[in-house]
Amino acid sequence: MEQFSLLAPEILLFTGGLVIFLIDVFARDRTDSGRGYATLALFTLSVAFVASLFQTYAFFELEVAQKPAAVLNMLEIDLFAALLKAPIILVMILITMAGSTYMNKRTERRGEFWSFFVWVTLAMSAALSASNLIMLYVAIEFLSITSYLLAGFLRDNQRSAEAGLKYFLYGAVASAAMLYGMTFVYGATGTLDLKGIAAYIAANDTSVLVPALLPATMFVMVGLGFKATLAPFFQWAPDTYDGAPTPVTIYLSTASKAIGLAVTARVFVVSMNALLVDWVPVMAGLSILTMTMGNLMALRQRDVKRMLAYSSVAHAGYLLIGITAVAAGTESYMDGINGLLIYLIAYMFTNVGAFLVVMVLEERANRTDIGAFEGLYRRAPALAVMLTVFLLSLAGIPATAGFWGKFFVFGAAVQRQYFWLAGAGVVNAGIAAWYYVNVVRVMYFGERETDAEPVSMPIGMGAVLVVCTLVVFWIGLYPDPLIEWATTASEQLLSVGS
Amino acid sequence: MVPLQAYLTLAAFIFSCGLYGALARRNAIAMLMAVELMLNAVNINLVAFWRYGPNREDLAGQTFAIFVIAVAAAEVAVGLALVIAIYRSRKTVYLDEIDLLQG
Repeated sequence: MEQFSLLAPEILLFTGGLVIFLIDVFARDRTDSGRGYATLALFTLSVAFVASLFQTYAFFELEVAQKPAAVLNMLEIDLFAALLKAPIILVMILITMAGSTYMNKRTERRGEFWSFFVWVTLAMSAALSASNLIMLYVAIEFLSITSYLLAGFLRDNQRSAEAGLKYFLYGAVASAAMLYGMTFVYGATGTLDLKGIAAYIAANDTSVLVPALLPATMFVMVGLGFKATLAPFFQWAPDTYDGAPTPVTIYLSTASKAIGLAVTARVFVVSMNALLVDWVPVMAGLSILTMTMGNLMALRQRDVKRMLAYSSVAHAGYLLIGITAVAAGTESYMDGINGLLIYLIAYMFTNVGAFLVVMVLEERANRTDIGAFEGLYRRAPALAVMLTVFLLSLAGIPATAGFWGKFFVFGAAVQRQYFWLAGAGVVNAGIAAWYYVNVVRVMYFGERETDAEPVSMPIGMGAVLVVCTLVVFWIGLYPDPLIEWATTASEQLLSVGS
Repeated sequence: MVPLQAYLTLAAFIFSCGLYGALARRNAIAMLMAVELMLNAVNINLVAFWRYGPNREDLAGQTFAIFVIAVAAAEVAVGLALVIAIYRSRKTVYLDEIDLLQG
């Protein structure tokens, strides 16, 4: 029973998704407004969110629950997972609230959509905790396959179908490569358990294991890098983000990317640290490549949705600095993993907000190019101000959430004396600020469409945007609790790894 | 007895064929078949490593192989559905002609 209570959020998500799916199967009502399904999804996600909050709270407050708990030797319910699980479920709640009208208007198979939407959350929370390569593969594949479906969900819309197909073809190859790497990890160490792998490496001669495990880990990195949109596996991302239904784009660019990076962190910190290989050149190279390519491509975009897609690739590059600069066992204040956690949480809420504003304009004018934003301040002051906040947070301006993410991630690199890596990050942040501020400039000083009617938005959308803005300012102005939680979580994860 | 290297070499050969097919072919169906080859190579590896490995009683490698087979089936079902959705509207499965999204 003890073990089942640990799985409460997952069990709730599974049941909720199943209920929606079964109602849809038996009702078979294509004319249904879909509001009921969306409400059910919202309810399920909210209950799971409360359950995951309790879980996080138990880890922090109750002395007995300080140790991570393993479930069936497959899942590791620890602070690192709990601290990301609650924000990720909250992000899915926000997307449901804001995106239900958008989605229900565009498809007839509403029940299917919302049940998959709940299940994709289940896949993400399973992937966060996975501590065995089988579980890791199944969870990531569950997430991927559901995401392919959701990205191509509007099958009569050519752009959506194309987005789904491109995502699928890249994803299938990447996951096969990841599996091939996993088989060699299994062959070299004789176990699939992440901690077992670490124990085996620690007990045996690493000079024999390195020739097998080093290429194997690189193959695993292909699959994880695909999920996290790291260079050179990010080509699917802009196309898929552009063509997929916007609510799907939002979770792909935030929650799903967070999973890719969190799983990478767990695999490398827990199982591969003992290999004593210098990962820094590889990881740092990937990181610099990812952020530079993401930013350079984003600079060229005339379409704001596509620009945000490329900028989210660049953010994956900054986030990878956190994993590169992991400093286990030192007394440092910024150990890389806490930077990763802070950055991920800050980035998720910021990016959700930014994409939602784009979605409001897409709903109104059916276009997302920069022209649609001209003079937005005069037509919809609240919307323009909120988008400004989100863009400044993405750029990493102080007093917004994004600043603390960048501060801790770059700080970790500086603390480990990787000045060139931190320098590359800062230069890239400068480039990125250019195209973010350009959108802000167009919104306030753009001339066209001054006579266009004001932009209105549904109440749900407005509420979600306000929540995102508040979170951005809350983390930006009062980051102490988040920093403390993230540091505790990263200490726990790093103590397992060393 | 056949040495482990023989199985690994076979798997590496099949995996390379699959990878080449996945990267070189422009036909979505052919790419799907190539990915299946890669997954089969993975299964050969898993079972061979289990057979020659130290913990034969825990069945981890075989279990993993069964999961890979099951998940691959789900993946192909979704993949073919996506290809059919594209084919209905575009009348092609060649990726060079599926180019609405770019830039």
